[in-house]
Amino acid sequence: MKLYCLSGHPTLPCNVLKFKSTTIMLDCGLDTTSALYFLPLPLVHSSRLSKLPGWASKDGTVNLEKELKECAGRVFVDSQPEFCLPERELLDLSTVDVILISNYHCMMALPYITEHTGFSGTVYATEPTFQIGRLLMEELVTFMERVPKAQSATCWKNKEIQRMLPGPLKDAVDVWSWKRCYSMQEVNSALSKVQLVGYSQKVELFGAVQVTPLSSGYSLGSSNWIIQSHYEKVSYVSGSSLLTTHPQPMDQSSLKNSDVLILTGLTQIPTANPDGMLGEFCSNLAMTIRAGGNVLVPCYSSGVIYDLLECLYQFMDSANLGTTPFYFISPVANSSLEFSQIFAEWLCQNKQSKVYLPEPPFPHAELIQTNKLKHYPSIHGEFSSEFRQPCVVFTGHPSLRFGDVVHFMELWGKSSLNTIIFTEPDFSYLDALAPYQPLAMKCVYCPIDTRLNFHQVSKLLKEVQPLHVVCPEQYTQPPPAQSHRSDLMLELQPPPMAYRRCSVLGLPFRRRYERIQLQPELAKALVPSEIKPGISVATVSAVLQSKDNKHVLQPVPKPTPVPPSKKRKRLMEEVPELLSPKPLLSGSIPLDAFLASLHKSGITEVKVEETADGHILHLQAEDALIQLEEDATHIVCDNNEPLRTALRDLVLRFLQKL
Amino acid sequence: MPDIKVTPLGAGQDVGRSCILVSVGGKNIMLDCGMHMGYNDDRRFPDFSYITQNGRLTDFLDCVIISHFHLDHCGALPYMSEMVGYDGPIYMTHPTKAICPILLEDFRKITVDKKGETNFFTSQMIKDCMKKVVPLNLHQTVQVDDELEIKAYYAGHVLGAAMVLIKVGSESVVYTGDYNMTPDRHLGAAWIDKCRPDILISESTYATTIRDSKRCRERDFLKKVHETIERGGKVLIPVFALGRAQELCILLETFWERMNLKAPIYFSTGLTEKANHYYKLFITWTNQKIRKTFVQRNMFEFKHIKAFDRSYADNPGPMVVFATPGMLHAGQSLQIFKKWAGNEKNMVIMPGYCVQGTVGHKILNGQKKLEMEGRATLEVKLQVEYMSFSAHADAKGIMQLIRMAEPRNMLLVHGEAKKMEFLKDKIEQEFSISCYMPANGETTTVTTNPSVPVDISLNLLKREMALGGPLPDPKKPRTMHGTLIMKDSSLRLVSPEQALKELGLSEHQLRFTCRVHLQDPHSDSDTLSRIYSHLKSVLKGYAVQHLPDGTVMVESIVLKVSSSGEDPNLKVILLSWSYQDEELGSFLSSLLKKGLPSGL
Repeated sequence: MKLYCLSGHPTLPCNVLKFKSTTIMLDCGLDTTSALYFLPLPLVHSSRLSKLPGWASKDGTVNLEKELKECAGRVFVDSQPEFCLPERELLDLSTVDVILISNYHCMMALPYITEHTGFSGTVYATEPTFQIGRLLMEELVTFMERVPKAQSATCWKNKEIQRMLPGPLKDAVDVWSWKRCYSMQEVNSALSKVQLVGYSQKVELFGAVQVTPLSSGYSLGSSNWIIQSHYEKVSYVSGSSLLTTHPQPMDQSSLKNSDVLILTGLTQIPTANPDGMLGEFCSNLAMTIRAGGNVLVPCYSSGVIYDLLECLYQFMDSANLGTTPFYFISPVANSSLEFSQIFAEWLCQNKQSKVYLPEPPFPHAELIQTNKLKHYPSIHGEFSSEFRQPCVVFTGHPSLRFGDVVHFMELWGKSSLNTIIFTEPDFSYLDALAPYQPLAMKCVYCPIDTRLNFHQVSKLLKEVQPLHVVCPEQYTQPPPAQSHRSDLMLELQPPPMAYRRCSVLGLPFRRRYERIQLQPELAKALVPSEIKPGISVATVSAVLQSKDNKHVLQPVPKPTPVPPSKKRKRLMEEVPELLSPKPLLSGSIPLDAFLASLHKSGITEVKVEETADGHILHLQAEDALIQLEEDATHIVCDNNEPLRTALRDLVLRFLQKL
Repeated sequence: MPDIKVTPLGAGQDVGRSCILVSVGGKNIMLDCGMHMGYNDDRRFPDFSYITQNGRLTDFLDCVIISHFHLDHCGALPYMSEMVGYDGPIYMTHPTKAICPILLEDFRKITVDKKGETNFFTSQMIKDCMKKVVPLNLHQTVQVDDELEIKAYYAGHVLGAAMVLIKVGSESVVYTGDYNMTPDRHLGAAWIDKCRPDILISESTYATTIRDSKRCRERDFLKKVHETIERGGKVLIPVFALGRAQELCILLETFWERMNLKAPIYFSTGLTEKANHYYKLFITWTNQKIRKTFVQRNMFEFKHIKAFDRSYADNPGPMVVFATPGMLHAGQSLQIFKKWAGNEKNMVIMPGYCVQGTVGHKILNGQKKLEMEGRATLEVKLQVEYMSFSAHADAKGIMQLIRMAEPRNMLLVHGEAKKMEFLKDKIEQEFSISCYMPANGETTTVTTNPSVPVDISLNLLKREMALGGPLPDPKKPRTMHGTLIMKDSSLRLVSPEQALKELGLSEHQLRFTCRVHLQDPHSDSDTLSRIYSHLKSVLKGYAVQHLPDGTVMVESIVLKVSSSGEDPNLKVILLSWSYQDEELGSFLSSLLKKGLPSGL
């Protein structure tokens, strides 16, 4: 059993598990942090961005003015942003049988994997994961295709040149494997391979392995996966949360008794408390609005935004924000808001019971109805005529490199009245802001990451007690910026097996048993005998049938009697069937009882001779010899087959057969 | 021999008060708990005293499963759980859980508030009953306890309708509830995987019908409505608030839009708005088309269909009214019917099945004079049309489901005895499986033959599979030998060697030695060679070896030749074998006794 680790990003994992005869990919996250090395894609022509100076090395040997631009001392690639894909060389991806998706953030690389690699398997995901994942992909594609950039910069990737670039560009790894965004056609093709599953649904893979998604409590439809056979159990934990937000609570008890637990997707901000951040978010928002400024919230179109809207719904009136317009701008804003209301089965109890009334589970329906929240596909069109300030805008992409957010950065960046509040934890806010410097607008960092923190995870692991834990190497040491915080790492006994990008781990498994079915006719014909108190044995002779990795034992068919033919007259010539071994024997033969039974069968003249290891019995009338020892019996008997078989059966009566 | 028992308390050779008891693997499950529309007395509810005479049912049932929200499937639930007494889990899907209490409350109101019955369940009882409900998701495997698991499949009958697979060990039963094998305007088609249950319990409402295509029926329906409207008549469509009503609303809504019609369409009950809301929130349970387009256009937001007020019934001019309940047995639909029945310009369209005893059933049978409460009679002049829109599988659909699930036995409920008989024959002929149709209170017992799961040591299995070769030979099946160790409740199959080792036993060697005398005028070594050639020719397929140390080996049996001192031609062949080679050893000794063939 092996684990191939194709991603080094602990919250955007991509691992391949070889388990029994199956090859299972666990998630395929797309690392979009690589976009931070690129210049933002403005929706409207930005004179500021177009006037940025090109970059050339100080000594003038390298001149990449066309590809690289300098802004506030940092160098950015002027090209369509590219993403860092999971490793595609470590193993042949066409051999992957299935891909299990844990949540919609962890499937963004799907089109890169399912298209152009020869992949011909099935992708399993829950319905909300599938639907919202589709929306996020659609949004990403729209962001990119809306502002096509003819230029594709590649010179800077040249190893010799990259070495001479200033940091952090110099230190970017694997830049040649970075890829531009996929097309909608590729997204559709990838998603056509998805098969929907529900929580606790047992899915059989080739009869060898059973996979089951479990609620992970992190987002709508998010799941952890159990991969098991009758004897081995692997738990894959990815992006889980124990906080009560909108999704169904995490199913912890089903993770018990795992041989191996693969742990990914812990919180990226272990020091921030999500509840505290939510409070800070609200107060900063209210303060800015009160001062007449605008608030920009760069965010994904699904997930925490539902909680933010719910929080604002409760907070709005008390904070006198009743008349402030809230805008949600995304090509998929409407769909995301609508979809959130139809997944009652996947929501927490509290929200589920609302649907029974029947009322929409999320209060943003009311915000929309009362015109407090408005959503638009983009800044163009309707929005531009209805836009009022001061206002609050939720829009993507949180990297600030593409999407409508770029426009608001250009628009509001110059005024210190405005505030940008970062809530998504995926990007360093300083890096995100770098190409907009110098900036007058206020920046507030309130990362809300509801995923498990180290305290919660160690409690969880104590509870479910896996034999072995596998995790990204980042979790085995404190974060680099807080190297003294030994509480911000996993400390386990035995220590977790750590992986990094391109690791191949052998998982500590010893498979010893497999499930087999005895057909009822066979089971009925078995003759058990008690060997020790409470332990019985029975010899089984049967025909093995294996189909689709399922094994069945059938009774041995009775040989069809051969019609007597002239050639077969001499019965003695019938050669005994090859390879039908007798059972093994065990036990010993008590002398007195054996002599008694000899006597019973008419053998009376027995001379017993004691030897070092036992006895020798001379059957004088019959001229035969039986040597009895603790663990062996030897019958010497010439030319008298009936006698020999009689003695054999007599001996067998005292022995156990296995 | 283990067996499965099925006893219908209701819906046995009948439609109404569905309630079926199943005993499988020591677990007792109640499937549905419905009421009968045709009765107003004790017979309204299933006879729970069949389960126990003294009171509460909790100890006798492991769980209750409700297939969908129609009252003939859940109408007795609060009575059963709160008045008879049951505290165990009740399983139903989310939409059923949402809608069921509303219909129950409606039912209660009609019975208690309007008809003035006492000794009926109360609103509080409905609430308490619903607290015992555990929601089920499609395809989720729910572990009721360590042994009993259930799994729901999409049934397509009404919003949230489900079929369920009940499994204990390797024994299983599927109960379909009501289902529909063809997708309609708002729901998808029923689906189940090849789960090969021991028994498939299927409804058989339309056991003998093979219905024409849905499109034809829809066109017919629209034509009739249109004609009546054109001549200024009124159309009454008695429906249940949820289910067919929505399908017909979608149908009329699109027709009105296309034809630009102006006649008003009303929906009679306050429930509708709410009902449509349920459809919006549970859109994942509707058909693919509606699900795909719901963000752009929600099919359950109707422009032409407005709420009905009682006074509208007397308005002049054409109109279409959807009114509840669907079988004209009470409530608003019956009131409107009474008002309109006397005018031959009007029309009533019955879009679903009506049970015996209801007004709906009577007029469908052509009755022209109805006795009403008091001594009044009502003359029926308006046109009566029947359109089968109720979403039940027809004979073709039932056969299709059997093909999908491949059951070992079939059991029919929820249908009329005569029609069942016909379908039963057809099923037994086509699938060669037994088909049962027990009456209420009658128990059907089906013997199952479960195989026994055993843990086989991987070493043994791998060795066996390697020896078996890549392709099994059907003519010469390989026999595998192993030892089954039974300890506590575990069953493990291991190789005999491993069994000895594990049980701490030592092997007992049993050997045989046999001397065979043979007249053979050759030297000892020549005799040995002759024996070798002889055995080689007789024992084809065996490993026969002539070893340099002056012995011949057949498999693991050793043969040696010596001659006695007195007569050099009298050879003594010494054969020695272990018990494991008993057959071969015995065969060899007999063979050699007969001497060597002269041809050698």
